[in-house]
Amino acid sequence: MSQRTPGFNTLAVHAGAKPDPATGARATPIYQTTAYVFDDVDHAASLFGLKAFGNIYTRIMNPTQAVLEERLAALEGGTAALATSSGHGAQLLIFHTILRPGENFIAARKLYGGSINQFGHAFKNFGWEVRWADVADPSSFEKQIDDKTRGIFIESLANPGGEFVDIEAIGNVARKHGLPLIVDNTLASPYLLRPFEHGADIVVHSLTKFIGGHGNSMGGAIVDGGTFDWSKSGNYPMLSEPRPEYGGVVLHETFGNFAFAIACRVLGLRDFGPAISPFNAFLILTGLETLPLRMQRHSDNALKVAEWLSGNDKIAWVSYPGLPTDKNHALQKKYSPLGAGSVFTFGLKGGYDAGVKLVEGVELFSHLANLGDTKSLIIHPASTTHRQLSDEQKIAAGAGPDVVRISVGIENFEDIIADLEQALSGA
Amino acid sequence: MNHDSYDNAYISGILNSVKTIAIVGASANDVRPSFFVTKYLIDKGFTVFPINPGQAGKDLLGRPVYARLADVPEPIDMVDIFRASSAVLPIVDEALALRPLPKVIWMQLTVRHDEAAAKAEAAGVKVVMNRCPKIEYGRLSGEIGWNGVNSGVISSKKPTMRQGFQSFGIRQK
Repeated sequence: MSQRTPGFNTLAVHAGAKPDPATGARATPIYQTTAYVFDDVDHAASLFGLKAFGNIYTRIMNPTQAVLEERLAALEGGTAALATSSGHGAQLLIFHTILRPGENFIAARKLYGGSINQFGHAFKNFGWEVRWADVADPSSFEKQIDDKTRGIFIESLANPGGEFVDIEAIGNVARKHGLPLIVDNTLASPYLLRPFEHGADIVVHSLTKFIGGHGNSMGGAIVDGGTFDWSKSGNYPMLSEPRPEYGGVVLHETFGNFAFAIACRVLGLRDFGPAISPFNAFLILTGLETLPLRMQRHSDNALKVAEWLSGNDKIAWVSYPGLPTDKNHALQKKYSPLGAGSVFTFGLKGGYDAGVKLVEGVELFSHLANLGDTKSLIIHPASTTHRQLSDEQKIAAGAGPDVVRISVGIENFEDIIADLEQALSGA
Repeated sequence: MNHDSYDNAYISGILNSVKTIAIVGASANDVRPSFFVTKYLIDKGFTVFPINPGQAGKDLLGRPVYARLADVPEPIDMVDIFRASSAVLPIVDEALALRPLPKVIWMQLTVRHDEAAAKAEAAGVKVVMNRCPKIEYGRLSGEIGWNGVNSGVISSKKPTMRQGFQSFGIRQK
């Protein structure tokens, strides 16, 4: 009596989806509706009271979105997921669920610039404090933990430098202090790396990047690992205490190992409203089916481009963990043996001005502020995404004046290299 | 029987065969998990007998509440235990004293008692521990996916629809 566990490629195509029971439609329909008819008052009361599974209003849930959520949960190896309008929306809901005013969390200093802004500025207005630490030194996280600390946040593959983080080392600190470890897995995607296998409790995604993969739809997601005990410390009352929003329901006791995802939905998404549109959920779901194929090609192409850049005399340095000489190579082999991802940085001997010339000289690469598209993308963080940071912060975040970040697409790698070659000739 | 993980076929076989379920520890408080489960199982067409000495003689969701399993006037197919693990053994003894014997003894999420389980299995009764029948029903029917929960099931077959909107059943193999 043994049951087959489907492989990753199978889950990427099938998990969460079923034929439409009324029409037989095999693709997941776009349920472009705001609301759902109740059978009767009792059915409505059951849905509003969380007593029945089902849909009420698309600000809280939607059947197209639900397929995307279940598929993400399956691919990450989590218990449940919640899709949102963006990765920023997902982060807002996570921290709203674990923090009260006056409480804090410890976050890696090297993060996506947007996350640095959200944590450092926007969250201040809620009375939520971020404390920055260095992923290369797990004790820098531990030293800042106090009785008001409620979580630890890292990226699995850090933006913009493309460095793998020792998730297990940070996870050990989190576990020792009874804190949930939240991991942004956007750059790696679950094809390359599954943080729950290394001690993460919550995974967050910008679906806008590799998950959707085609640069056409914004989206975010929270995946619940089902591993954290939200009731043990009494520090997470959104999950462990009776909730007045639902007549006194205790979410952790009621929903067990998927309570965090439910709490983010019914206490966060319901009241803040960063819902994903059904159409975006559909497009991202379509992209997700080919995630394994795309991620492998992205990684293979990126390695070839990194090797080529390493031999170019205008390049001061290349930071790509897939290169055997890279200081991050051992962590890549441990955490992401299938490849080192698509996004990395390199430094130009000509500094800031050479960076500007390069991003303005490319023809195939697109100069824009995104990553994880099928198309190759390029950006000079110091003049764009990280512009608002001080020079000191820029360097700390891996976005110094000479740094160029590329997101290598799935085109022919010869064409990608040829474009860099012609643009560098003018830089 | 491995009680650390159950095959989907074992659980769906149980949920598709039992018709009457006694819920030991069913609460009248409508925000308690045992109330949620009682309501859900009634909505799915099971005949539910709430067991709760403090509520005996009253009505719960239109069903008469009994003090003890032995008081239920009809055959019980499944006993669902909503009590702490330490309280399980005497309840299983009561269940095994019933005639006809129940087909299944089910212990809720976090509830596990291996000695009681072995006793029940020796008497030919199937046992499920540390699971919730509402979650398992939602998982195997596909309903739970509407709330973004990983059902662990993939299938290209037509979902089984029950009466009304937004109600799936568990497919018969």
